[in-house]
Amino acid sequence: MLTKRIIPCLDVKDGRVVKGVRFEGLRDSGDPVECAMRYDRDGADEIAFLDITASHEARRTLFGLVERTAENIRVPLTVGGGVRTRDDIRDLLNAGADKVSVNTAAVRDPDFIADASSAYGAQAIVVAIDAKRKADGVRWEVFTHGGRQGTGLDVVAWAKRVAALGAGEILLTSMDRDGTKDGYDLALTAAVTSAVSVPVIASGGVGTLEHMRDGFLVGHADAALAASIFHDGAFRVQDVRTFLADAGISVRPFGKGYA
Amino acid sequence: MSVRREVTIVDMGLGNLRSVARAFERASALVTISADPSMIARASCLVVPGQGAFRDCALAIERGFGDALRESIARGIPYLGICLGMQMLFDSSEEAPNAAGLGVFKGKVVRFAVDSTLKVPHMGWNNVHATHPFMQDGAYYYFVHSYHCVPADRSLVAATVDYGGEVCAAIAKDNLFACQFHPEKSQDAGAHLIESFLNGPAWS
Repeated sequence: MLTKRIIPCLDVKDGRVVKGVRFEGLRDSGDPVECAMRYDRDGADEIAFLDITASHEARRTLFGLVERTAENIRVPLTVGGGVRTRDDIRDLLNAGADKVSVNTAAVRDPDFIADASSAYGAQAIVVAIDAKRKADGVRWEVFTHGGRQGTGLDVVAWAKRVAALGAGEILLTSMDRDGTKDGYDLALTAAVTSAVSVPVIASGGVGTLEHMRDGFLVGHADAALAASIFHDGAFRVQDVRTFLADAGISVRPFGKGYA
Repeated sequence: MSVRREVTIVDMGLGNLRSVARAFERASALVTISADPSMIARASCLVVPGQGAFRDCALAIERGFGDALRESIARGIPYLGICLGMQMLFDSSEEAPNAAGLGVFKGKVVRFAVDSTLKVPHMGWNNVHATHPFMQDGAYYYFVHSYHCVPADRSLVAATVDYGGEVCAAIAKDNLFACQFHPEKSQDAGAHLIESFLNGPAWS
C-alpha cells in the first residue's frame, strides 16, 4: 500500500536555514546540508528546500547546497523558490534535485508548466501554490512573489489547471497558517485534494503531531510538509511516524531492519 | 571483504545520474559514467537509470545506445535498469506510441488507469511482494512513475506492488535485473538491493 509521506522542509536564505511567521520575520536555524542529513537519518520520506534568497548572486550558493545535500541523502529532494526558466529547472535537476517546484513563473505563463513537464517529465515538476483565504471565508486566492502579490486566481480552479497542464504534484501552502503552528488550513487542503488526481502536499501551519494527522485524515493530503517543528527539535521524524501509525495512517515503517 | 566492482552507469541524457553514482560508491563500487556507446558495449557491468519521457529515451536508443545495450545484455553481464531504464527494455510505451524501446522483452508499458481514487504519478514509498534475492518481501521502496511495465512473459516478474491492482515492480532474467522504483532514493532497502546486485551470482 502506498504510504503517506512526511516531508521536512528547509527554508533557505543565503545558504542558511531560516523560518519566518506568515512569510516574514526570519530566524536562523542552521546549516541546510546538516539539517537534511539529520532528517534523512531520522527517516524522512523526502526532503524539501525552498530558496527564499532574493539576489541573483546568492542563488549560485543554492546550486552548491543542492549538490552537497543530494550527495549526502538517500531520499528524494524537492527544490523550489525563484525558478523562472527551463534552464533554472535543468540546473537544479543537474545539481541533484529530484523535483523542482515552480510558483510565480507558472502563474505568469501557464504554458511553462506544460513545457517543463514535457521536457523533464511530470514526476520532476511540482507546482507550488500559495493560498490565502478570501474575505468570504470559503474560497482561496493564489498569491505569488513569495506571498506578496495577489493574482485573482481561485486556488481550486488553478490547481485543476496546473494538474491538467502536466504538474506531477502540487505543494499547497496556506499563507494564513504558514509558521503560525495553528495547523493546516484543512478546508483548503481537502478542497484541493478532492479536485485533482495528482498528489498534494499539505503545507503551512504545523505545530503539533495532531496537525499532521489531520492533514491526512481530514485534508486527505498525500504528503505532509512541516518546517518549524523539526528545526526547533520539538519533534523528530520518527515521533511523527509513530504517532501517525498509532492514528491508523499508513506510513513507512522505519528502523526495523531495512523493511 | 568484498571485491570492489567496476560499474558503468549509462548516461543517455535522461536525467541526473549523481544520486545513482553516489549510491554505488557508498556500496564501494568503482563507478564510471559513460555516454559512449562503444565503451558501453564493452562494459563489464551496466547500470541504466532514467527519468523523464519515453520519447527522449527512444531517440537515445536510435542514436546508438540501443545496439550497445542490446549487445551487453546478450553478453550476459550484470545489468541493472532503473525506472525508465526498466521500461525501455520492452517493445513500446503508451507514453509515446510511435517510439521503439529496446525490445529485449515482449510486452508493453501502460499508463495507470485514471479513476477518481488513484493519484497519478504513483509517488512515494510502497511495499512490494518480492520473490527475488536482491529484495526483501514486504520492504518499502520509493516509486515515482505514471507508466508501468506489463511483461508478456509473467515469469520475468521479480516483484509486484499494489497500486490500483497488482503492478510489476521489478523483473529479472539471468544476470539482468530491472526495477520501477528508485533504489538510490530508497534508503536502507535500496542500499541493500545495490549491495546484493554487486555481490550477486552474476559476477561469478
